[in-house]
Amino acid sequence: MTGIDILELLGENVTIRGRAYIAGIYEHPTRHAPDKSTAQLHAEVARGALADAGLTIRDVDAYFCSGDAQGALNSLVMADYLGLNKLKHFDSTDVGGSSYIAHVGHAAEAIAAGKCSVALITLAGRPRTETPQARPVGPETAFEGALRGVAANTYAMCAMRHMYEYGTTSEQLAWVKVAASHHAQYNEHAFLRKVVTVEDVVNSPMVSDPLHRDDCCVVTDGGGAVIVTTPEIAKSLKRPLVRVIGHGESQKGQNGGKDIDLTHSGAVRSGPAAFSEAGVTHQDIKYVSIYDSFTITVLMQLEDLGFCKKGEGGKFVSDGNLISGVGKLPFNTDGGGMCNNHPINRGGITKVIEAVRQLRGEAHPKVQVANCNIALVHGTGGSLGVRHGSATCVLERA
Amino acid sequence: MSDHKYAAPAPNAETEVFWTAAKQGKFLIKRCKECKEPHYFPRALCPFCLGDTDWEESSGEGVIYTYTITRRSPTGPFSLGYVTLKEGPTIYTNFVDCDFDKLKIGARVKVVFKETEGEAPLPLFALADV
Repeated sequence: MTGIDILELLGENVTIRGRAYIAGIYEHPTRHAPDKSTAQLHAEVARGALADAGLTIRDVDAYFCSGDAQGALNSLVMADYLGLNKLKHFDSTDVGGSSYIAHVGHAAEAIAAGKCSVALITLAGRPRTETPQARPVGPETAFEGALRGVAANTYAMCAMRHMYEYGTTSEQLAWVKVAASHHAQYNEHAFLRKVVTVEDVVNSPMVSDPLHRDDCCVVTDGGGAVIVTTPEIAKSLKRPLVRVIGHGESQKGQNGGKDIDLTHSGAVRSGPAAFSEAGVTHQDIKYVSIYDSFTITVLMQLEDLGFCKKGEGGKFVSDGNLISGVGKLPFNTDGGGMCNNHPINRGGITKVIEAVRQLRGEAHPKVQVANCNIALVHGTGGSLGVRHGSATCVLERA
Repeated sequence: MSDHKYAAPAPNAETEVFWTAAKQGKFLIKRCKECKEPHYFPRALCPFCLGDTDWEESSGEGVIYTYTITRRSPTGPFSLGYVTLKEGPTIYTNFVDCDFDKLKIGARVKVVFKETEGEAPLPLFALADV
């Protein structure tokens, strides 16, 4: 019998459900920042999220950052740069763009366990302005480093296999971008605000078969920050209350070459874990923030999270089903990574931020989902086609 | 066809045998002494059970699991994909020395060694039926 089994027998509540609140959010308005440093952007988003919450930097006792925070021992360097001097908890988990969704879960765990009370999560970077830091050498590098796999072509391998197995079409994938563009037109900060059609997407240049230019997300400078805190502190503040009610994580790699399966993502495990902890079903979810590095990413994640049957993602995303006010499952109402923002090629934090805006009723009126009380946030980090981390959070308006 | 020269692989104590064999035109994979499962890329300890592993020469034959053609890059168009080897493991690779328009899932491929900027060549795959 494990420790957790014993706790459950004793009736102890070992869930994070409702035990941590998101009290502050901030998305930097910049999409191109040649006049700022990356560390400065981290500080600016920290200031923004703390101001949104009604807290100060002196209240922070836990700090979360990931690979976008530059330098060796980055959580220590950034904490010191930001002037954080009473941390009780820190975490530099790097699962690519999904890191910040994982961080929300980790922060909730630490808060539920009483390890800290105000957690700051920051992301920032400038891929439009400077070359991202070189990828450190790992055990895979000798075998994979020379192959020229980058984001677009490794995700394209998944799309190719998905089309082969399920008959998914480029037109169906294009609907993901079309839906995002319908939302982005209302976001004054969005990198791309033009509404596009399925024809525009499939007629854009082929980047890596079968993905076209418009199947790919934007590349933007910028960043975002989130504050996670205790129920007591959240209730003492003036912002609408949003709490974390479920969280799940998983990873998927090449598994030594055994049973390679590029049409499923780690969402098949992180999703059920988050739903189960939250005690909600798909019918309860009013809005989803779904990682949209590429159109295929959205389609596969929606299938793997169970919003439709495996292989039916193409049909599910078609005909505006993801457009707020039009379809059944409004997604990425800020315009997402497809059109709004994908700071430092990591879209996790903006996914959390737009979900909180929706739950607060602070999304743009043209895209605000009516009675939005429960939202799901999901991300894939690393590469869907090589190895990736998945993180899911379920959030609720309290 | 691109005359791209691949970046030099960096052998280490765990993988040196692989790269020495590659210089002799042999493509090695590994198999666990305990659970008998083959795997790739090669590890000293089995990724399925952490048992000790042995080197074994692969037939170098397989079929395309998936592929993509990257249309524009500083090194010209190239093809990335996965091959399922006759021995079992599915491996991440490039397709070379072939008409990219003829690539398709399920097509038979065979290993070819391409020169790198280092001493050892890199095992990649070409269409077998051309």
